[in-house]
Amino acid sequence: MSATTTPTPGPKTNHAGLTVLDYRGGKTTLCAGCGHNAITERIIDAMYEMGVQPENIAKLSGIGCSSKTPAYFVSRAHGFNSVHGRMPSVATGVALANQKLMLIGVSGDGDTASIGIGQFIHLMRRNLPIIYIIEDNGVYGLTKGQFSATADLGSKLKTGVINDLPPIDTCALAIQLGATFVARSFSGDKKQLLNLLKAAIAHRGTVMLDVISPCTTFNDHEGSTKSYKYSKDHEEPIQEVGFVPSFENIDVDYDPGTTANVRMHDGSQLRLRKLDRDYDATDRVGALSLLAGTHEKGEMLTGVFYVNTTTPSFVEQLNLTDQSLARMPEELTRPSRQALDEIMEELR
Amino acid sequence: MATTVELGVQEKAARTPQPGRKVNDFSIQVATVNGSGSQSANTVLLRSIFQMGVPVSGKNLFPSNIAGLPTWYTIRASKQGYIARKKEIDVLVAMNAETAQEDVMSLPPGAACVYDEPLKLSGLRADITFYPVPFDKLVAPVCPEAKLRRLVKNMLYVGVVDALLGIEREESEKALVKQFGKKKKAAELNTAAVRAGYDYAIATFTKQDPFWVERMNANQGKIIVDGNAAAALGCMFAGVTVVTWYPITPSSSLVESLIDYLKEYRIGPDGKATFAVVQAEDELAAAGMVLGAGWAGARSMTSTSGPGISLMAEFIGLGYYTELPGVFFDIQRVGPSTGLPTRTMQGDVLFCAFLSHGDTKHILLLPSSVEECFSMAMEAFDLAEKFQTPIFVLSDLDLGMNNWMAHPFTYPEKPIARGKVLNEEDLTRLGGFARYKDVDGDGIPYRTLPGTPHPNAAYFTRGSGHNEKAQYSERPDDYVNNMDRLARKFETARKFVPAPVKEVSGTSKVGIIAYGTTHWALTESCDQLLQENNIATDYLRIRAYPFTADVHDFIKNHDRVYVVEQNRDAQMFQLIKLDMAADQVTKLRSVVHYNGLPIDARSVTDAVVSQETSSQEAK
Repeated sequence: MSATTTPTPGPKTNHAGLTVLDYRGGKTTLCAGCGHNAITERIIDAMYEMGVQPENIAKLSGIGCSSKTPAYFVSRAHGFNSVHGRMPSVATGVALANQKLMLIGVSGDGDTASIGIGQFIHLMRRNLPIIYIIEDNGVYGLTKGQFSATADLGSKLKTGVINDLPPIDTCALAIQLGATFVARSFSGDKKQLLNLLKAAIAHRGTVMLDVISPCTTFNDHEGSTKSYKYSKDHEEPIQEVGFVPSFENIDVDYDPGTTANVRMHDGSQLRLRKLDRDYDATDRVGALSLLAGTHEKGEMLTGVFYVNTTTPSFVEQLNLTDQSLARMPEELTRPSRQALDEIMEELR
Repeated sequence: MATTVELGVQEKAARTPQPGRKVNDFSIQVATVNGSGSQSANTVLLRSIFQMGVPVSGKNLFPSNIAGLPTWYTIRASKQGYIARKKEIDVLVAMNAETAQEDVMSLPPGAACVYDEPLKLSGLRADITFYPVPFDKLVAPVCPEAKLRRLVKNMLYVGVVDALLGIEREESEKALVKQFGKKKKAAELNTAAVRAGYDYAIATFTKQDPFWVERMNANQGKIIVDGNAAAALGCMFAGVTVVTWYPITPSSSLVESLIDYLKEYRIGPDGKATFAVVQAEDELAAAGMVLGAGWAGARSMTSTSGPGISLMAEFIGLGYYTELPGVFFDIQRVGPSTGLPTRTMQGDVLFCAFLSHGDTKHILLLPSSVEECFSMAMEAFDLAEKFQTPIFVLSDLDLGMNNWMAHPFTYPEKPIARGKVLNEEDLTRLGGFARYKDVDGDGIPYRTLPGTPHPNAAYFTRGSGHNEKAQYSERPDDYVNNMDRLARKFETARKFVPAPVKEVSGTSKVGIIAYGTTHWALTESCDQLLQENNIATDYLRIRAYPFTADVHDFIKNHDRVYVVEQNRDAQMFQLIKLDMAADQVTKLRSVVHYNGLPIDARSVTDAVVSQETSSQEAK
């Protein structure tokens, strides 16, 4: 027996030198088993694994169950739970004030597709740099289970009410309007969701991530197309989503025949391994046509529908100085006395 | 010609003509068709009188229309320096067939009328001096290009009016150069038109009316600018960094001017912008962007009018309760609803003061002049960050869209004040902070900005109930404590908002309170009351809400206090009532004007005299 002592291993850290605990938030107040909690967990994992500095994140949301979740992850980041359906405008203001922040916005299907559809549309159109997540369960949970505008045609509420209006496909809308990273996932698909979130962190532009997230209380029953059972049975990934961060060795596991690699803004690689379908995620028209087809067939496709790493984001288009507007000193923001004199002279 | 819209700005005039020359004390009204390009000509006319050293004001009374409907421009020259609208028109330039007859019929006896000859107006009245001008015949030789004639025609009446009123033609030519700037060809063409009109009038007419412009020296060093451009300059010198807006009359020109100024003066040495401007999808989004930017540390603002304020109510409540800075310009127009979009009103006072559901109170700044549009814009940004709350600047269409003479603006002497913001060093020293704690007893808490590199910098902003640490709370005591602190903060604001301007003799029993553009009618009305009716008045001009102690003292020190304003429901009167003790409230009287036209002195004088008479009779 040797008398040497091995030092107690410290907690595992990421490349920013932080532990996963540094990315935790407050305790959730949502229902046990809520899909949203699983998404919260994946957000924490993705931020940790990508080594994002927590203080550089700004968390934003509207109103609803989903919009409560920014309180449940990354407490070291400023959070803003705004008003119903209006998170996009608040986020736009934040992005303008400080372009160095990483914005993550969490919304729900009601918050996005009904009351907030106008602001959602314009956020997508602007390609604002933000990770915009819809935690999509097809119902209003906080007001006890009314249909939302993403509920599928013919899906049934617990009360027996049948939805007789077609759903809004937020992914198709986002692609059409100008978002540059559009994907759909399922809260129960840990691996895919984590990889999507990591790629989202590497993207500079609007990431629109629609995550089907069953409501255990109001919409997880026979007849609901947003239940766990239905989602598990019908989820059909269009590709296998892999992600290699820029700080890892990227020469891994690359099969050019079946894998499409997308180089993200920070140099990391989004790897999309083809499954049955022959699908090109950089083809905007193809993406829209694929989504249109799924409605006909009643499929629930997941994966990256569209990715575009060349279109500049809204903030890039504004030709802003490198320093964030929020921290600009008076010398730069208040023109000189001579400037005022000159203007006064012109008005004489 | 049948028309489905009722337009008109004529009010009944009652006056008996007075003999003798009327020098530098009259009004001109130009009646044209909207979109005919008369605006340049009217500005040249205004500037010409300004350059003659005579105090002058111009008011555009225009329809909500791009082209085709009638529009009027009134210019008032006043040696006494009265620049409020004058009810009576002394010199009419009738260019619009559709309104010409009505325009002529509403003139007071003794007025003069220049008109487009084919309108054949001379037979309408015998008590008016008519000057028919064949504009079409005159324009052809000076403007060979037929399609430009409609525009150039306007400049002919400038020449005619110059000749008739004794305005030095050279001043109009100087004003033209200013108006057209580098567009040399346009300046030349229009100069030729002014000369043609001038020469025609000199050769044709014998002066029969009594109205004359004579050179004075009252405008030395002064500028001419509209309130929206002045406010834009104020925003730029306040160091605004994020501007959001949604187009709406009469506010659009504020942001449009601001964009022009920012492009010229706020591009950094690296060729990059030190500002961001976003045209939002609606006023809700514009307000949300302002608050998001304010939360993240920008100096942010938007500009709108009443209908936009209605849409912003939700966000203003959020801004109040979560304590976010932001500057909201409301260039008031006539409401409710779409109302009269191109007419003026002080109709949003009560709405803005309490905007949002729940208990809310907001700071309002009330500029009267273009100088104050400039200075209050700067104060608004400092107050917004000091008090961490939305601030309203209530201008109006009359102030915002019309040209006003002014003293050149003074460069701000105070540095920009960013309020109670903790940085990473502060947090290291303090160990942390509680976002909504009243550390200093003034109700104003400390905040941090997103991105502050300190693990204790973050807090969670929410429009739902929260405690001092910004944690979600539905506890009754947390709610009450927070609301009481917000009320305390509002009380603190009384000491920091712009104080009223007073003209107090110490002997008058009658006090008058006004605010905003109503002020200009009051400067004249107070003189009328004294000179014509022997009613001596003290005057107080409110410049902000909450009211400072001066407002209370003023009412205490007078027997009767008239609150004069431009809305139906006496909104400021009501707001003052809420602030006053019961025994003081009975002293308050109200005078209102709400027909969409800028308030005039005569209306105020008549209303005050009538109420004073009845209070005398009651004794």
